[in-house]
Amino acid sequence: MVENRPFLKLLSHLVLILGVVIVAFPVYVAFIASTHKTTDFITGVMPVLPGSDFLATYKTVLFSGLAAAGAPPIGMMLGNSLIMALAISIGKIVISILSAYAIVYFRFPFRQLAFWIIFVTLMLPVEVRIVPTFKVVADLGMLNSYAGLSIPLIASATATFLFRQFFLTVPDELLEAARVDGAGPLKFFKDILLPLSRTNIAALFVILFIYGWNQYLWPLIVTTDSEHYTIVMGIKRMSDVTDAEPQWNLVMAVAILAMLPPVLVVIFMQRLFVKGLVETEK
Amino acid sequence: MAAIDIKGVGKTYVGNVNAVSDISIAIADGEFIVLVGPSGCGKSTLLRMVAGLERITDGTVSIGGRVVNEIEPAERDIAMVFQNYALYPHMSVYDNLAYGLKNRGTPKAEIDARVAEAARMLELQPYLERKPRALSGGQRQRVAMGRAIVRKPAAFLFDEPLSNLDAKLRVTMRGEIKQLQKRLGTTSIYVTHDQLEAMTLADRLVVLNGGRIEQIGAPLQVYHHPASTFVASFIGSPAMNLLKANVANGVISIGDGETGLRAGLPDGPVTLGARAEDLRLSDSGVGMPFTLAFVEDLGAQRLLHGHCAGQSVVVAVSPDLPLPSELRLAIASDRLHFFTADTGKRIEAASL
Repeated sequence: MVENRPFLKLLSHLVLILGVVIVAFPVYVAFIASTHKTTDFITGVMPVLPGSDFLATYKTVLFSGLAAAGAPPIGMMLGNSLIMALAISIGKIVISILSAYAIVYFRFPFRQLAFWIIFVTLMLPVEVRIVPTFKVVADLGMLNSYAGLSIPLIASATATFLFRQFFLTVPDELLEAARVDGAGPLKFFKDILLPLSRTNIAALFVILFIYGWNQYLWPLIVTTDSEHYTIVMGIKRMSDVTDAEPQWNLVMAVAILAMLPPVLVVIFMQRLFVKGLVETEK
Repeated sequence: MAAIDIKGVGKTYVGNVNAVSDISIAIADGEFIVLVGPSGCGKSTLLRMVAGLERITDGTVSIGGRVVNEIEPAERDIAMVFQNYALYPHMSVYDNLAYGLKNRGTPKAEIDARVAEAARMLELQPYLERKPRALSGGQRQRVAMGRAIVRKPAAFLFDEPLSNLDAKLRVTMRGEIKQLQKRLGTTSIYVTHDQLEAMTLADRLVVLNGGRIEQIGAPLQVYHHPASTFVASFIGSPAMNLLKANVANGVISIGDGETGLRAGLPDGPVTLGARAEDLRLSDSGVGMPFTLAFVEDLGAQRLLHGHCAGQSVVVAVSPDLPLPSELRLAIASDRLHFFTADTGKRIEAASL
């Protein structure tokens, strides 16, 4: 809309600012809290202005660990989360792009059935199948391992579905031209389909990385050994101390740190994402 | 380079739908064959069967004496130019041209030489590093042609390659394709629904209708001796006038009026065909009365649209000719075409 009406401009800006404030305020509170001393929270009132202990808090969180709060060192939890999020997002992309390729480009018996079964699992979130999944993972001896953390979350109907939709928009002539040019199924996939899917892969990677990073319930159930704790469940454990005041400044500092990697992924991938969007033309 | 032999080829889709039936064409080495017909006549299906993109359900196709029914497209030694060009959008023009050669394991030096040669022929040198999206429609079309040329295949297959271009560019590219094909001498099959493209490009035309061959022949042969009313109305612009007529004692009448024309035909109904340019306005007050509906001035000629005895007729006349108030049409009887009234097949009238 290209309209030059000052009032509308003001109104639209107000709405946008309101939206930003609503979204950003909790993050702001968390950041402010991480710059205060533990004792500042005993009154039960959250400060809204920055305190003086920014460096001290982050130093404690990053280097001395949180032994007092009963949580493993934060570096290790960040590492665990990173491994889990990467394994889930890469695993999901690899498996779903291959299954979508099979479903779209190959004729085999029960192809439609296979697609619908995959599609139906869209309706089953992790939480619904958590008990049977836990049983399987436990029986396979995968508790307290990276495999146990990531593999059950890898199969993905959403990504398969998205890739299928994308492949359906690739003109048939491209496949035919490739066949005439002597490219077999694998070559066509590698040389043509994969480069064309680059933007979709980037977009999915962002979404799936955040999905994997933010997993809470599953790591909580499948890990009992602190060596495999992830950062998101770590935050919960830290605030869950018995017979003591939670160290809110430290908890909030960890929360801020836990927020950083997804933000970085979004910022870094966005460039590729936008570039890809501009480039795509058939 | 090779001859292509299409023998009794048919295509039946699931559910017994016959797209193409019993097509036989013997294509000589170096010949330019155009398959022409309205949409849905099976011309593209036939081409795709030759290319190997569509399974052949009946008959055999052989290229260079080798039956290729069960052979993959890449092994058939053909190259295809697609309607929407089907260039690989993420590859540069060079890579687009080289891809087929790379897949065949051609040495790098030879790829370079062949791409350079094709680029020179098609005047694509300045664009080799560009991506297809940075090219105009005509340039993309050239790249698509180049991709076919570099392979030096036994045959080129064109699937309506010009239909995405604007009218002017289409005429230019048409000339280029013709020249290129003559220079390379590669056997070519070209599919189009545009009768003008078909007429100008073809060594021989194959007119298809409803999955069957209506007529095969040189363009002028097809134009002057259409084998059926379908061919007569499809080839040539404006379309040939087809009139329901009756023959009694060798005299042809249209509607109630006798035409004064005679034909060595048995008595009974017949379809009379006359090209617009073969009809002329008679100035002597004889001939069929013609009621004018509207006039199209094309510059070089003037098309008169109107009716003769309630049947629509188009006449092409010189634009300088003044139009008298009462119009009558005349035609030389050797310019008439006759078709059976029921099947529409051509009848050769005995000369009188």
